[in-house]
Amino acid sequence: MQSLYPPIVNGKAVYDLDSQKYIRVWQGPQHPGVTGNMSLELDICGDQVIKCNTHVGYLHRGFEKLMERRRYINCFPIVCRICVPEPDTNEYLFAAGMEELMGVQIPEKAMWLRALNLELSRLASFLMHLGGQSGAFGMGTVAQWTIAYRDYVLDLFEELTGARIYHMYMTPGGVRGDIPEGWIAHTHKVLDGASKLLDEIKHVMLNNAIFKQRAIGLGVITPEMVDHYGIVGPNARCAGLKRDVRKDNPYLIYDQLDFEVETETAGDAYSRTCIRWRETHQSIDLCRQILAKMPPSGAVHITLPNVLHLKIPAGQTYVRAESTRGEYGYFMVSDGSEFPRKVTVRGPSYSHAMALLEDLLVGVNIADVAGLMVSLHTYPPEIER
Amino acid sequence: MNLKDILSPLYVWKRAFEKPYSINTLSKERPGAARYRGFHKNDLDKCIGCGTCAEICQNQSIEMVPVHSAKDGDSGLRPKIDYGRCCWCALCVDICPSGSLTMSNSYIWVEEGLDRDVQETYCYIPGADQKPWDSEELGYHRPEGYELLRLERVPMPHLPAEERLESFVEMVKGYSRELAIKEADRCIQCGICTATCPAHMNIPAYIKAIREDRIAEGLKILYETNPFPGVCGRVCTRRCEDVCALSHRGEAISIRWLKRYLTDCIESKDYQGILNSEVVPNGKNIAIIGSGPGGLSAAYYLAKLGYRVEIFEKNSAAGGMLRYGIPEYRLPYASLDKDIDYILSLGVQIHYNTAVGKQVRFDDIYARFDAVFISTGLFEPFIIGIKGEDTPGVISGLKLLDDVTNGREVRLGKHVIVVGGGNVAMDAARTAKRLGSEVTVLYRRRLEDMPADREEIEEAQEEKVVFCCQAIPLEIESTSDGRLAMIWGKAEMKIVEGAKRPSPVLIEGSSERLVADTIIAAIGQGMNFSWMDGEAFARIKFGKWNIEADRWGRSSDQKVFIGGDMFNRTADAISAIADGHRSARAIDKLFNPSNE
Repeated sequence: MQSLYPPIVNGKAVYDLDSQKYIRVWQGPQHPGVTGNMSLELDICGDQVIKCNTHVGYLHRGFEKLMERRRYINCFPIVCRICVPEPDTNEYLFAAGMEELMGVQIPEKAMWLRALNLELSRLASFLMHLGGQSGAFGMGTVAQWTIAYRDYVLDLFEELTGARIYHMYMTPGGVRGDIPEGWIAHTHKVLDGASKLLDEIKHVMLNNAIFKQRAIGLGVITPEMVDHYGIVGPNARCAGLKRDVRKDNPYLIYDQLDFEVETETAGDAYSRTCIRWRETHQSIDLCRQILAKMPPSGAVHITLPNVLHLKIPAGQTYVRAESTRGEYGYFMVSDGSEFPRKVTVRGPSYSHAMALLEDLLVGVNIADVAGLMVSLHTYPPEIER
Repeated sequence: MNLKDILSPLYVWKRAFEKPYSINTLSKERPGAARYRGFHKNDLDKCIGCGTCAEICQNQSIEMVPVHSAKDGDSGLRPKIDYGRCCWCALCVDICPSGSLTMSNSYIWVEEGLDRDVQETYCYIPGADQKPWDSEELGYHRPEGYELLRLERVPMPHLPAEERLESFVEMVKGYSRELAIKEADRCIQCGICTATCPAHMNIPAYIKAIREDRIAEGLKILYETNPFPGVCGRVCTRRCEDVCALSHRGEAISIRWLKRYLTDCIESKDYQGILNSEVVPNGKNIAIIGSGPGGLSAAYYLAKLGYRVEIFEKNSAAGGMLRYGIPEYRLPYASLDKDIDYILSLGVQIHYNTAVGKQVRFDDIYARFDAVFISTGLFEPFIIGIKGEDTPGVISGLKLLDDVTNGREVRLGKHVIVVGGGNVAMDAARTAKRLGSEVTVLYRRRLEDMPADREEIEEAQEEKVVFCCQAIPLEIESTSDGRLAMIWGKAEMKIVEGAKRPSPVLIEGSSERLVADTIIAAIGQGMNFSWMDGEAFARIKFGKWNIEADRWGRSSDQKVFIGGDMFNRTADAISAIADGHRSARAIDKLFNPSNE
């Protein structure tokens, strides 16, 4: 029997699109597999993908360049827009990078509030992901539950930070305000509800025969691939690697929290979903821990020198934090002027959604393309900073 | 695959009986959270139109538009917000120096007429354009204690009160480089101060120069509008600080001390190199009568324009009230001389000890020069107008200050009474204190009504000057042991219709007695008209209390200009300097009508 795949010459598949055996189709930029816009150029044979080219650039807003022309304080409202579903990591890292270059220390309570905000945003982001994952395999019900429940988490953000999506809460120097009255009780209620929802999701999704059938064995990441592709976060942990910035390089108050790094060994879409499901539980638990351990009072902000002409001493730094997709990094260079000389944003989606996806998609059934993309949990806005 | 996996999803059938998350009716109102960052609100009365909101807005969605006429400390502009650009980051609310800008918790803004101009549809001026959320209490406000601005002033090092009473050494030590840069960093550069300063000094620009450590540049900016920066850096009435945007919620920038810092940083020998004022003579001669701040300021700007300037001064040194009216501990003679010397270095000639009307006739000056600028100031002390005022031992505040400046021997005795509440009264009281007397200040109104600088009153209190307010002097008597007794009556404050402040009215029958060795009257001073005679003055029109002049200081005779205390009623150095500069430009326009 003739091989399905075209012959490989000099490391490249050689095939004739006019032969009628292969078709080239485009998926995207409005795509079921990612939050945001990117395109896949798929060469398929029958219903199997034999080659994939990713095309990004549909969301390019030039954040890194914009920041070079803006005063530091004016960068703070735009960094959150680099990642729409989980903006807080950007806010935190930009503020942390600035504080490190300036050599200032934020108050203890601000650190707890930042960690709380980061965990809540991880919770919201995971809820969105779980819904997307099930939706991509045709189970729209779970997507409706989680997206609806995410709104309850957004309500918490609205009460704490004053906005639902772009919170702009972690200002350089601390956080904007302390916890409002009644918020903690409300948060516990929402967290309890989220816990219950996750149990239901386990029944409907993780223990679902159809889901298992489609997700198990899909898009396997091997431990060797991890460093080769620069894979981070749950995508690396599903291959058995214990990598989590919160443990490896604790920032804020993560060293005072009690949690384990979740790992799996299969490396496929199913194991990634399991990890994310467990990490959602972990985020709920961490939120509870933070609420219990956080100092009840104290300053939440320091006053910086006048932000209208704030100059930061020349220097460079790389700060990182664990987002839902893995290690998120900011490389910041200051030349001592009022504007950042260079800010490079290392979003985890960059390597996952492009190089890794192009390789994992080969041989995948076209019906599973969206499911595989979601299982890598990529957010195109952060590819195109 | 096992049976459990097939049955497991059925577990959630029970959800069919639960209450749904979603809201069925879209029209149901859902108010925003208490802190929600919704549409802007602005308290128009509190807002000063400084434009800091527009400055920090990273989307340039705020435009400052005129809403009403500008006045001191208020540009008359108000923010207009373009919601096609706003990203609701609320930095404008956080930085608002007056605290007038806030946000409501409104989510939704419904407006009809989308076909209209974008400027009308998506933009509005909070506060001025009525919106449904104007009365909304909830919404984002700057959280308590969260500041983007530094509201506290960098403290100025002072000599302690006990130490400064021992001599006439300058009591303010001045900022160091670090402190000055730190203080300059607080400035938001709104320019409200520039509009209020009589001389319209470019304050934000020189504060920026200090912040960036460009001292020479800063000095150049100072001399653009003020040839007395060293003096104003010490004794200016600083109306700029009264209106400073930061003063609304915190302490104003120390504009005066920063100016002083600039001049202190540069030695007088370096002035010429930095300011580089090369003068090209234009052959015209200008006479200036009086070498106070007004006269010297006019002389400086005229000399820079190439005029040959001669000043006629009745005293033996230049500076006018700056020298003879301000004690050395506030304005050391060295600092005054530094400013004056630079002005004179431009070729300005001064005839000392030359009083117009005595040593030289005004008519001669009028004939000899192309234009005359008169700024003789107010040197005639007002009298209290009570019985016994001509008793020996009753002197005027100006006389005391003048005597001390001239180094004449002054014997005040153990106890001194100063009558008055202005700056001269404070200077006289504190000078007397330094000469070793116990001082009591009698003032007709309340302490808060005193026209003297707040800072001077506080410093006088630190120096243990006794204040006796609501005290109306009635009579001065000589006592049998050769001392003086001031009879005064207690006053009560009555609000008079139309008056700016309440008036003191003597309580019937009240009579108190205070014995002193010297009584100093410092209740203001007026103009001396006695020297103004001759043919030239006959042609000049006099008003009710002065020579009539337009806002440029031009009298009815186009060759004669007036300025300084005799022209403006504020009677402070910076106004006199502004007059001098303005009249210099008016004089130049006389000869070069095309010049701006």
